Amino acid sequence: MTTTVLPRVNYLNVKHTVASWLLTKDHKRIGIMYLIVVSLAFLIGGIFAALIRVELTTPLGDLVSDDTYNKLFTMHGVAMVFFVLIPAVPAILGNFALPLMIGAKDVAFPKINLLSWYIFVIGFLFTIAAGILGGVDTGWTFYTPYSSVYSNSNVLLTGIGIFIAGFSSILTGLNFMVTIHRMRAPGMTWFRLPLFIWALYATSLVQILGTPVIAITVLMLAVERALGFGFFDPRLGGDPVLFQHLFWFYSHPAVYIMILPPMGAISEVIACFSRKSIFGYSFVAFSSLAIAVFGFLVWAHHLFVSGISPYSAMVFSFLSFAVAIPSAIKTFNWTATMYRGAIWWQAPMMWVFGFMGLFLIGGLTGLFLAALGLDVHLHDTYFVVAHFHYIMVGGAIMGYFAGLHYWWPKMTGKMYSNSAATLAALLVFVGFNLTFFPQFIVGYLGMPRRYHAYADEFQVLNVLSSAGASIMGVGYTLIACYLLYSFFKGKDAGPNPWRAVGLEWETQSPPIPENFTEQPIVTAAPYGYETRESNVG
Amino acid sequence: MADGLVAHVDSHEHGEAHHPDLQHHFETLGQQHEAATLGMWVFLVTEVMFFGGLLMAYLLYRVWYPEAWAEGSLELDIVLGGFNTVVLIGSSLTMALAVRAAQTGLPKATVRWLLLTMALGLTFLVVKFFEYKHKWDLNHIPGENFTFEGPHAPQVEIFISLYFALTGLHALHMVIGFGILSVITWMAHRKRFTPEWSTPVELSGLYWHFVDIVWIFLFPLLYLVDRVHQLN
Amino acid sequence: MLPGIPLFPEQASTLAPEVDNLYFFITAVTAFFALLVVVLVVVFAIKYRDKTGEKVGHPIHGSLPLEIGWSIIPFLVAMVIFVWATVVFFHIVRAPDQALEVYSTGKQWMWRFQHIDGQSEINELHVPVGRPVKITFTSEDVLHSLYFPAFRVKADAIPGRYSSLWFTATKTGEYHLFCAEYCGTAHSGMVGKVVVMEPDDYQAWLSGGGGLSLAARGEQLFQQLGCVGCHLGDGSGRGPSLAGKYGTEETLATGATVAIDDIYIRESILTPQMKLTAGYGPLMPTFQGLVTEEGVMSLIEYIKSLSSTAGPAAPTQASAPAPPPAASDNTGGPGE
Repeated sequence: MTTTVLPRVNYLNVKHTVASWLLTKDHKRIGIMYLIVVSLAFLIGGIFAALIRVELTTPLGDLVSDDTYNKLFTMHGVAMVFFVLIPAVPAILGNFALPLMIGAKDVAFPKINLLSWYIFVIGFLFTIAAGILGGVDTGWTFYTPYSSVYSNSNVLLTGIGIFIAGFSSILTGLNFMVTIHRMRAPGMTWFRLPLFIWALYATSLVQILGTPVIAITVLMLAVERALGFGFFDPRLGGDPVLFQHLFWFYSHPAVYIMILPPMGAISEVIACFSRKSIFGYSFVAFSSLAIAVFGFLVWAHHLFVSGISPYSAMVFSFLSFAVAIPSAIKTFNWTATMYRGAIWWQAPMMWVFGFMGLFLIGGLTGLFLAALGLDVHLHDTYFVVAHFHYIMVGGAIMGYFAGLHYWWPKMTGKMYSNSAATLAALLVFVGFNLTFFPQFIVGYLGMPRRYHAYADEFQVLNVLSSAGASIMGVGYTLIACYLLYSFFKGKDAGPNPWRAVGLEWETQSPPIPENFTEQPIVTAAPYGYETRESNVG
Repeated sequence: MADGLVAHVDSHEHGEAHHPDLQHHFETLGQQHEAATLGMWVFLVTEVMFFGGLLMAYLLYRVWYPEAWAEGSLELDIVLGGFNTVVLIGSSLTMALAVRAAQTGLPKATVRWLLLTMALGLTFLVVKFFEYKHKWDLNHIPGENFTFEGPHAPQVEIFISLYFALTGLHALHMVIGFGILSVITWMAHRKRFTPEWSTPVELSGLYWHFVDIVWIFLFPLLYLVDRVHQLN
Repeated sequence: MLPGIPLFPEQASTLAPEVDNLYFFITAVTAFFALLVVVLVVVFAIKYRDKTGEKVGHPIHGSLPLEIGWSIIPFLVAMVIFVWATVVFFHIVRAPDQALEVYSTGKQWMWRFQHIDGQSEINELHVPVGRPVKITFTSEDVLHSLYFPAFRVKADAIPGRYSSLWFTATKTGEYHLFCAEYCGTAHSGMVGKVVVMEPDDYQAWLSGGGGLSLAARGEQLFQQLGCVGCHLGDGSGRGPSLAGKYGTEETLATGATVAIDDIYIRESILTPQMKLTAGYGPLMPTFQGLVTEEGVMSLIEYIKSLSSTAGPAAPTQASAPAPPPAASDNTGGPGE
């Protein structure tokens, strides 16, 4: 162990002015800035969700008007998808941890990294403006011709917001890809990369190839709406289904932008708290790439009842089953990693347990929807809503919190209360299941999604959902409380509170602005937990 | 900690002086150059996908409405389009020469070739402006006032919409390219580039060539759909 | 009074048991894998728990046979589901030949159903039990989706296109009818019921409605719009004869052939220049805006009804004014 005294200066306290934050090129500070904006978006999206759940406790649609309800679920979707799920892990945890984990001083293009944040904020402000000026009611999917012709709400402003925010995602992906290619420390070969980095690499692939397509699609929609151009207009012979194809060509892979990075974080946490190497490292790494590539070939499974040919539906169904396999491989490998480990029940691992349970259900229910004959019945029902919430919240958000709890002491230098964090994980897990499991049943009963009022027999299940949502809300509030408390009053965490392996744990907490005092040189594979001096368990 | 994962060495090899263009987070100029170049290529991939959405729409409707596509295409001025194609290919040549001049350390030649490239780019935009104006005069702008005589008027409107979207997006890229080249020319004038460090010129060159290539695709797709009937 | 928690929707069509069996199978398979992993995670988490955080795990890095095993076995299971589900799917999309035809249009925010015999109804559909019913439908504005949960069928209504779905109801009663594709403000109000009746009751219901049959209404429209002036029955007019054309093929001016079906007839009415019949000039004006989607459907039904011998009647000049096209709102079904 090096005996040099660590400097007291770190990236948080090196300068205190507002300008030093707003003009920073330090990837760690940019990660924190994303954390603030994304948390705000999560709060806003969460408030919308709460209002939706309150409305749905009765079948009559008596709390808010139908118009307001439509705006609520649209803005819930827009806020959560484009401003929480897509940026959460890559832009917050990725920005913070990626250069540290590969032993670099920063990402390849620090100025562009800062620019991404500004673009993201501008996009967010446009979307907020759309909400304040009366909201938008098209659903987050913006299907034409409703969005292009019939809707009287702020489609244009929201579209511009999403268009702008898309470039933030593209530039982050570009930055990460180049960083992983060109900025690795000496000795950090591809197969010594932590799996979080592999996941980010696969994600940046999707961001680079997919996001431009949604950008142009939203642009076409905006031009059609604002100037009367005809791209999708059936009155001219245009095809509204083309919009769906273009939309899902991005938005299905976007699911992998949301879930791959949390999967990467899960790999880190599970290895650390099992004190073991990841089982089947290369299979987990390559399954990330496989998901990214196959993810581009399954978009039309959102269109099985939208008038595509039954034969193309067959092909897309087959490919959708195929893309399930890499996720299954990951799940089995994580489980096997725990076998004969020395499992340390700390807060990040609690989130991993939650993730495993929820992602499993989310992934397996995907099989129901990939199955053609069944999807005809299930499409556009609450079954779909439940399925993607299990993936997006149960998978992505649980994975995000696992990662956030894991790296929080590194980000802030402070440790939160382990018991509070364990309680929060439990609350969210229980609340989540109570919220969304009944929705599988109500979906199979035939309750369509985006319904403001519904048939009486669906009420009991909806009340259960709303009850679960309130438990989940308590859980999320608790997280905000103890993390903020720890930031101001928490105990010093020290450089490596988890005794984890990885370059990011080699430097002080919080790290110095240039990350490492000396250029690290990597000499071994990641996750060398077993070879440490402790007694083998 | 005897984990054997990492060893530390002194990274500052003092034999090598710091180049003024080397940013702090890179170790060497070579690494910086490779990163920047890779970044540019990745960016161009995103650009391809960006145009890809529109081209997908083009492909679908062309298969659905071949007659409308032929009618719409005949509305476009093949002489002006052809002229612009030659202009852009010429600008690619002058851009390549500018990059070469920068790499071989000839600042004056660099400036000269860059100015010529910009002049050709401007020519393209001026011609494009007159093509657009012609459409405007004929009320061939998609929207409420669109008028078109012909059996496939609604589908021709889709074609014209795609024409404006594709060429407009391309023209926007030309304008951005013009802006980039202005900065680069000014930097070249200030002798900021050396044979050791001419990455910005190379990258703007990559971008410029990409914009040209887009046009090489757009020209036949939009202007040459059914010209064979004109020849006969 | 709250009912107990319902877990399972009513099975009321021949397709429903097929879909449900698939559902049970997938549920069983996924429950097995879910339990397998959950049990392993829980067992490992407890058995290998280390409260100190000091110990380290066993050096196990992977196992190729295991990796291959848990790649191939799930894949094979997935393929079983895929094949099964695809077979069910083709049963769902392929309507039997002798189905009872019903036309429908969706618009913000109601479903209109038009029976061949003339009845039309809004947000309600009466069908006989035990007989295949095929619904052909489109949308007049935005996307909608016609969904009968008890029959396990659904398809999107797309402006400018025809969609169809079919079912054979197996139980009399009233079931939900939903719009499943989000369509704007009153999306959740675009609901109704399908009433499955005994065949005799259905016949009684049909005859109670009155009004012209769909084909007859199409015939009126055919005269009123002046179609009859060109499309003479003997083929001597400026437009091709339509007698006996439905279900056959037509050679186009471009040399291509096209099947004469609902979609082609619709296109020919709304965008007549797109696919000209060989031997005829581009004389026909478009009827876009002059005829509603329902009017088009009645015209299609009329053209279908023309046998090859009996062509359309000669134009009856100065006849009494025909009723306005598709002004069928006054023939609301008797279901109220």
